[in-house]
Amino acid sequence: MLQAIADIVRLNGAEKHFGAVRALNGVDFHVGAGECVGLVGHNGAGKSTLMHMVAGTLRPDGGQIAVRGNQEASYSVARALELGIRCVFQELSLCPNLSVAENTRINHPALTGFGWRRRAADLIRAKLDEIFPDHGISADDIAGDLSIGRRQMVEVARAFTLTREPLHLVILDEPTSSLDAHTAGQLLSFVRRFVAAGGSCILISHVLGEVLQNADRIVVMRDGKVVAADAASAFDRDRLVAAMGGAEGHHKAAAEARKTEPGALRVRARPARQQDGKELVARAGEIIGLAGLAGHGQTDLLLSIFSAASRARTGIEVTAPVALVAGDRQSDGIFSQWSIAQNIGIRSLARLRSGLLISPQREAELAEFWKKKIGIRTPDMNNNIYSLSGGNQQKALFARALGSDAEIVLMDDPMRGVDIGTKLEVYDLVREEAVKGRTFLWYTTETEELDNCDHVYVFKNGRIVANLGRDELTEEKIIQSSFGDAA
Amino acid sequence: MTSVRTLLEKPWIWSFVGALVVWLATIAFTGGYGAGGMVTAALSLAVFTVIVGVGQMFVITLGPGNVDLSLPANIGLASAVAMKVMGGSDAMIVVGLLAALACGAAIGAINYLLIWALRIPPIIATLSASFIIQSVDISYGRGLQIKPPPGFADFTNWQVLGIPALAMLAVVFTIGAALALQRMIYGRSVLAIGQNIRAAWLAGVHVGRIRFLTYTLCGALGGIDGALLAGYFRGANVDIGNEYLLASIAVVVIGGTSVAGGKANVPGVWGAGLFLVLLLTMLNTFGVSAGVRLVLTGLIIVGVITAAGGEKAVR
Amino acid sequence: MTAIAPGTVPKASPRGSAARARMLRGLLPALSLALVLIAIAWLNPRAISYFGFNLMLNLAIPIALATIAQMFVIAGNELDLSIGTFVGFVGCVTATWLRDAPLLGILVLMGSIGVYALLGALIHLRNLPSIVVTLGMSFVWQGLAILILPKPGGRAPDWLLSILSFKPPYIPFPILAALLIAAVVHFGLMRTSYGVILRGSGGNAAALRRAGWSLLKTKVVLFALTGLFGVLSGMALIGITTSADANIGNGYTLLSIAGVILGGGEFVGGRVSPIGAVLGALTLALAASPLLTFMHIPPDWQVAANGAILIIVLAARVLISRRER
Repeated sequence: MLQAIADIVRLNGAEKHFGAVRALNGVDFHVGAGECVGLVGHNGAGKSTLMHMVAGTLRPDGGQIAVRGNQEASYSVARALELGIRCVFQELSLCPNLSVAENTRINHPALTGFGWRRRAADLIRAKLDEIFPDHGISADDIAGDLSIGRRQMVEVARAFTLTREPLHLVILDEPTSSLDAHTAGQLLSFVRRFVAAGGSCILISHVLGEVLQNADRIVVMRDGKVVAADAASAFDRDRLVAAMGGAEGHHKAAAEARKTEPGALRVRARPARQQDGKELVARAGEIIGLAGLAGHGQTDLLLSIFSAASRARTGIEVTAPVALVAGDRQSDGIFSQWSIAQNIGIRSLARLRSGLLISPQREAELAEFWKKKIGIRTPDMNNNIYSLSGGNQQKALFARALGSDAEIVLMDDPMRGVDIGTKLEVYDLVREEAVKGRTFLWYTTETEELDNCDHVYVFKNGRIVANLGRDELTEEKIIQSSFGDAA
Repeated sequence: MTSVRTLLEKPWIWSFVGALVVWLATIAFTGGYGAGGMVTAALSLAVFTVIVGVGQMFVITLGPGNVDLSLPANIGLASAVAMKVMGGSDAMIVVGLLAALACGAAIGAINYLLIWALRIPPIIATLSASFIIQSVDISYGRGLQIKPPPGFADFTNWQVLGIPALAMLAVVFTIGAALALQRMIYGRSVLAIGQNIRAAWLAGVHVGRIRFLTYTLCGALGGIDGALLAGYFRGANVDIGNEYLLASIAVVVIGGTSVAGGKANVPGVWGAGLFLVLLLTMLNTFGVSAGVRLVLTGLIIVGVITAAGGEKAVR
Repeated sequence: MTAIAPGTVPKASPRGSAARARMLRGLLPALSLALVLIAIAWLNPRAISYFGFNLMLNLAIPIALATIAQMFVIAGNELDLSIGTFVGFVGCVTATWLRDAPLLGILVLMGSIGVYALLGALIHLRNLPSIVVTLGMSFVWQGLAILILPKPGGRAPDWLLSILSFKPPYIPFPILAALLIAAVVHFGLMRTSYGVILRGSGGNAAALRRAGWSLLKTKVVLFALTGLFGVLSGMALIGITTSADANIGNGYTLLSIAGVILGGGEFVGGRVSPIGAVLGALTLALAASPLLTFMHIPPDWQVAANGAILIIVLAARVLISRRER
């Protein structure tokens, strides 16, 4: 029955890899006319990559794309726009130095010539009025001055403005992430009207209720593949969660209930936005989980703890040296010009010295030790760090932290895009180090990893909303606390 | 064979090859006449570029946007300070050198203070500082005893077997700088910051302290260079450092240091310094006019940076 | 990556204060100029006259044009360290070929704008640091200037001399010209639909590419505009000084950068203001010599005054944005 609807866009066997990481692994995906497709999955499941392909900003490494039945050999952004496919990206794409009207102009080559400013302003104002009746945004406002929520409103409204190019499909990637409940509701009801009038829409959201209520069909992705696709009515919350998390393969990790006697206090920290008295407490030998949806203040808290170790900060107490394992390897971890050994040694330079100079021999020893211990797969630790696969790069970052004098190790969702074998090896290592007395603060977006933790703080909107001991730790509990929209 | 290949992979080798080619071309033109003297002269002049070049290299290695534009003004002022403190007396040479060093270091420290306190890009901070330093120099240097003490002038021009003593000292200094870059916590930290300032911070590098040190070091090298220049040319003047803005950046780039930061090498500064001086010598020998000389120098810099290519700011 | 806290309730007040800070910062160039003018008026009331302004703002036109030239590259997050020697080169061409062989002169000047456009393309395609490229080009322009005019001399074409000695009623010519420059460039960059794209390329290049615009083209256009205004600046300079010298423009590199920054421009992010840049240039022109002369400060300190003004304005800017945070 669904096949009867004419396709707006169809991808067959789409593949994409970034270095060693497979972001998309042969995905079939289509959107019909007058249809709202909900796309859900954990962070790193491949949703954004897939949408970049539909929007023409990323070229697939394999597979075909067809728009309205025609194969597109050289698909690009310009071609996508011509065909009426637009995307509201997760990372904001407004120019902060331009006004709202000027930002509208950027997406419309037709807005030119005499009086274009007025036309652009009218266009965006009308659309804002239509979607968010009480938006309070002026077309002359500079985008950079607007709050993040308002910027998101402008961006969404801009995607629906119409001049010369047609408009058939709008991809909304987390369109409500910065909106409050009221404006989010306005947006979603507009989306329903848009779809009812024959437009198509792809809705990506972590708020499962939004997807369940607004999508006609839901596609679930995991590990770069589509794992479930069905009419929205065939899903309920539990089935979605199960499909996303892979509950069938999910079993409590080996972690035999470790005897944890409370050790010395290592960290006591209160998130900046916390209003009640809740705070995070970590003691020697503990593995503490930080859970909740991505970007709800977990990384911020880790960073505050990190900087509190070198400079006193109010509300945060840190009593031992700290090291951090970055999750975003490219921007927070890797030194791209350096060898694996140098990348491991940077945190421990003071200990690698003999006299004033860094001893190459000691540096090599440190690297070799961790190569064996953590199993970094390379013929030579003097090779460039990028000669490693993603998982092994991540191991090198673990070696950097664990090889240092740090007693507290902060982990900022470090297992993103890492294969399962590496993960299991690292889990064992973390538990082993904790027994020796190290403290781990572990932010993760992958729920099963929390099974390694002694207890878990759940974050929402920059605050701690729950503190779950290991006996009360279930996926349902965490999702309930972090989604908060149902239950 | 393999050793030749590894040598060819070094980014600094090309500057030496360039220097050699230019030298050979010149002596081919003169029929071998003055080949040795040319090397001596090139070494003497290259010293001054190398000293500030090393300072500039550390600054540039800190990453995109980092550059010290105040070097010429710094050199000018330090040369005047050194000559004034020395006051023409041989007994005061060391004190004068220390004064120049301190003056340069203070300028470097002020540069970083502006960058840090006003949160402005290093380019504009060092630029506005250089405006002020230049004026201080003009007004301070007026009516000043600007001749170096005879002992100092002789020392800066001293040669042993046709090799300038200063060049030997500078080689020792650059070996030290190379060790600092590759084998000391300081150098490693600079390289880390240049590759990725955020990752460096998260890996426990003291980012603020290292940047401060680097700008101060660069300033101090500018200061000492000013004093030496005044000795070598037997007198200080306001314009003595003018050519070193371009020269210091040029030797860093030609020497194979990445303008994107995080990748540096010291030998290349020597190679590039010699290359630039010998290039001038060659063009002079060919009887080329000043205009053509400048045009060619400029085109070579643009050519080298284009050939080296912009490494994409590695993400 | 600082996580953005979702669910932030949009409030009216932060935007209001951001807009207020922007307005304050926008007024800063005008305030600095007013301050300098008040100081002059206080020190020497007679200077505030038709004749006085003509004299004091003698070199304001070329400085303003060079500042505008610099502003275009800065709008695209680049920097031109060769604009000073380029102005000198144009000056030498103007004082020789443009007078003796107008056709050749025009061709050479047009060609030099083309060179600028090519530089923009080179910088974009090879992803080169503009500082190094333009530093190299500054040698080239200087060398060419010396080749064209080895000794100071030459003479401006008569038509150019008569344009720049124009004495309009009531309003001194430098002020009129500054107004005209500011208005034209403001319209072109801030009001036209392609000006938006040019500024957007400095603000968020990735967003522009996603919307299907060519970043190569924006960079080439910005550099060509820099070349064009550099040519105008060099011609204006020779129209005032009547003869040329290969080193005549050397100070303009620093002056033009300082002018843009004084005028509220920022090095990155495509935030520039043509009106501000012209005001900044006027401030520098006034502060550099007349004010100091009236204050009986020796000319030695003229350069320092530029540096100090720059630092003070930047400090004021930091204070404003810090308080609004």
